[in-house]
Amino acid sequence: MARIIVVTSGKGGVGKTTSTANLGMALAKRGRSVAVIDADFGLRNLDLLLGLENRIVYTALEVLAGECRLEQALVKDKRQSRLVLLPAAQTRMKDAITAEQMKQLVGMLGDKKYDYILIDSPAGIEQGFQNAIAPAKEALVVTTPEISAVRDADRIVGLLEANGIRNAHLIINRIKPAMVAQDKMMSVRDVQEILAIPLIGVIPDDEKVIVSTNRGEPLVLASEPSQQSLAGQALQNIVRRLEGEKVPFLDLTPPPDHFFSRLRRLFQPSE
Amino acid sequence: MPFKCLPMLQELLDRLFSRGAAQKTSRETVKRRLQILLAHDRTDLSPAVVEKMRQEILEVVSRYVEIDPDHSEFSLESDQRTTILTANLPIRGIKEVAASLDEPQVAPLPAEATPTAPEPDNSAVSKTPPDSLDLSLLDVIDAAIDPNVLGIANPSADVKQP
Repeated sequence: MARIIVVTSGKGGVGKTTSTANLGMALAKRGRSVAVIDADFGLRNLDLLLGLENRIVYTALEVLAGECRLEQALVKDKRQSRLVLLPAAQTRMKDAITAEQMKQLVGMLGDKKYDYILIDSPAGIEQGFQNAIAPAKEALVVTTPEISAVRDADRIVGLLEANGIRNAHLIINRIKPAMVAQDKMMSVRDVQEILAIPLIGVIPDDEKVIVSTNRGEPLVLASEPSQQSLAGQALQNIVRRLEGEKVPFLDLTPPPDHFFSRLRRLFQPSE
Repeated sequence: MPFKCLPMLQELLDRLFSRGAAQKTSRETVKRRLQILLAHDRTDLSPAVVEKMRQEILEVVSRYVEIDPDHSEFSLESDQRTTILTANLPIRGIKEVAASLDEPQVAPLPAEATPTAPEPDNSAVSKTPPDSLDLSLLDVIDAAIDPNVLGIANPSADVKQP
């Protein structure tokens, strides 16, 4: 049975698509067969983060219209052949397809062929979001330790429950341990306490995410130790937890302060 | 000018001995803001409805006991995905009407009982017409869900549709 998981957040720009791309890639690296679906019609991005944008011929829309077979629309990743992408149409709006059609697409992908089907949800709580969650049995809710992202994530958790998706886990992205240590940012525990759903991952803020996006190579692909990053490791840990392993959360306590930086902070106004 | 740097020195000392702790960190502030924000989000009640509910609860309670409206607290808080409505109403004294009731059940007053109830003398309460005294808490929540009912009861309230 394929596990059908929607990656969602409410607020835009918190790392849904980056997470989907990396989790899909990391699962494939572990030997699972994975289909990732871009449910963001009109503003598709998943192809870019996977570096597959030049290989899209058909999209989910043509499949639904019967203009091509499903296999023709699926883009197979050359680095990890167990990963396929079902792209969204870029020229249409979010209401181009219905929740029923999204279920139909997932049904066509088939239960037996894939171990995981990951659906990248668009931001917001409108039609696009409703489509993305319609076929899903599980959810990963991505948030950052900021007031607006947490508020939106809370709304999403409520909507998921209302739609019968009770298996939801929290990913806290872009945490800055140094700021938390100075009481300038909510901690992982603060956010988790407020949202009150089980935590499955904590991803530290990492510049390497941007570099990997520039290249279209998900962080988890890095093989050389020099390219490996804390964020990539955190994403790999999420995959292991998804698979049922017990993995301790990364130790994100900042390196001990320099004496002078502590002295300097003493003179700065508190925030 | 040695006096000019005194406040700076004072602040430094405060910081060294963490006497400035009275000032909340932004982390505490944001957490507190979110807790209140989410309590309201989760119940999906507009501030107008919450205020109406507050007034009506005060009204019902003050039918039986004399409460101190200045020191009453009424808040919505969220804990582990459950929203809790807390009313903290200090009692000044018992009213005669409540003491004279012989029937053991204190359940919702029958409609006939309304005239015997003391007219709402509290200034906060007096705006509401007396016949709305029969509104139970459930009716108020229903009103929040049904925009038509609310539209009639309180045209200024803006209720978000789920």
